[in-house]
Parts: sequence; structure tokens; C-alpha cells
Amino acid sequence: MKTAVIVFPGSNCDRDMAVALETVTGRAPAMVWHRDSALPGGTDFIALPGGFSYGDYLRSGAMAARSPILRAVVEAAGRGVPVLGVCNGFQVLAEAQLLPGALMRNAGLNFVCRTVPLTVENSQSLFTASYAKGETIRIPVAHHDGNYFADSATLDRIEGEGRVAFRYAEPVNGSARDIAGVLNDAGNVLGMMPHPERAIDPAHGGTDGLRLFEAALGALA
Amino acid sequence: MKVNVYVTLKPGVLDPQGKAIHHALEGLGFAGVDDVRAGRFIELEVADDVSDADLDAMCAKLLANTVIENYRIERA
Repeated sequence: MKTAVIVFPGSNCDRDMAVALETVTGRAPAMVWHRDSALPGGTDFIALPGGFSYGDYLRSGAMAARSPILRAVVEAAGRGVPVLGVCNGFQVLAEAQLLPGALMRNAGLNFVCRTVPLTVENSQSLFTASYAKGETIRIPVAHHDGNYFADSATLDRIEGEGRVAFRYAEPVNGSARDIAGVLNDAGNVLGMMPHPERAIDPAHGGTDGLRLFEAALGALA
Repeated sequence: MKVNVYVTLKPGVLDPQGKAIHHALEGLGFAGVDDVRAGRFIELEVADDVSDADLDAMCAKLLANTVIENYRIERA
């Protein structure tokens, strides 16, 4: 099992993501720099971590989505390699058009940093198979630009296709239809604002995030 | 030559920052402001032979996120 964490200037959850991946796989991930143009051969799973890539210049995730390594990530995603984008990683995947919609400034304008309840909407995906549909899980969020937006036709389409993975179970950031996590049409790319890598150890206050990594990485093993 | 690019939120996209600016203007006592929408203004200095198509591609590929934003290009 070869995993990779993409590291941008301004990433700050890359080491937490690496700990989560190593905890589940027993093997440290490759840390891949944004200037690299290729992933390590045989990469089975790619994670885009949280943070403030390129200082959130222009728009959150906009510069990272045009960095050299993203061409390799897009190509791998097209081959079916699982890609998980958390927080800034979700913003990058949306900017790269691997996922529909955009992440805008939180409706309340405040940076929101707390553990929130999420409702699992799709328990059939690679990433969510360890959860039950309708289950409430608790995962921390920490973001300023997490307000998910897509036009109503797109929202209807992704809901109809079961591509809403998670919904906030309480108001958090003004997201359209309380969407917290979205899958691509093939189901191998997941973007989510909450941080599952911050809920993998009882000392974190909960382990609901660990189950996401166990599901996704266990299915690949 | 100088090119001005105006990036604005599409109609119908909620603008929390515009709303906050609006409230702040009201707080300062300015009456009669019905709405505020905040956007982005980008100045480019480009060679004279950069085509309109290139400028349009720059906006569509990077300067604006066309999921939520419109853009207008003005050769100054």
C-alpha cells in the first residue's frame, strides 16, 4: 500500500494526514512537493491536506490547483486512484474541477473551529463504507472558506447521484443544503471540509475519522 | 499595454462580505445604500500582441472561478 500526501507551501495538516495514513497502513506515506511533476510509481492513494496553500492568494486552493503536481493528481484520479481532499484539499479539488462547486467565505464571516456533527449520507462509497447511512459522526472543522456553493441544477444532480457523502447536522458555515463532503461521479475522489485525520485517536476526543481511513485503505489492501 | 480585469460574483451567489460591508456603511450613518457586492480588480501589464482569446483564457482558467464569478476584460 503506497500512499502519498501532497505538500504545498502553506499546507499545515500534512503531518497529521501522514500520521493517519501511517496508523492505518503501517507505512509512512510519500510526502510529495507541489513542484514535483510526478507521483511516486505505484501510488495507491493520494491525500491533499488542509492548510493555506499559497497563502490562499487569489482564492483558496486556486494556485495549488494549477501547480505542477496537480496535473499528475488529475491524471491519477482519471485512472481511478482514490484521492481524498480535506479542507484546503477540498478547495483545491474544487478549483481543479475534479469536484463540482466552489467553497466560499463562511456565511457568518467567522473562522469556524470546533467539532461538528455530520450525517453520513452515502455509506456505499470507498471512503464511507464503514459508516451507516444516516449515522451521526463527530469530526472537527477549522476553516474560513467552507461555504459550499453550486447552482441548484448541480446540487440536484449530485444529490440524485448519491454524491453528497456528508452533511452538517447543525448550521456551520452556510453551505448549500448543508453539504460537508462531495464525491466525484466515479466515486474515487472525495472532498470534505471536516478533518477526519484529527479524529483518529481517543486522545483527539473521538475516532470517527479513523473509520474513513480504515474503509478506504482497507478496501485497497 | 495595461489590461483591467473585473471579477464579480454571479447574480444569485450570496456575498457575505458584501453584506458585512453594507452593514458597516449603515453603521457609519450612510443611508440609501440598497446593496453591496464585493469583487476583485486585477491589473495586467501585457505585450501588445496578446490576443483577446488569450486574455479570455487567462480569466477562465485562473483569474475567475466561473462556478461563482463573472469577469469583464478592459484594455486600458
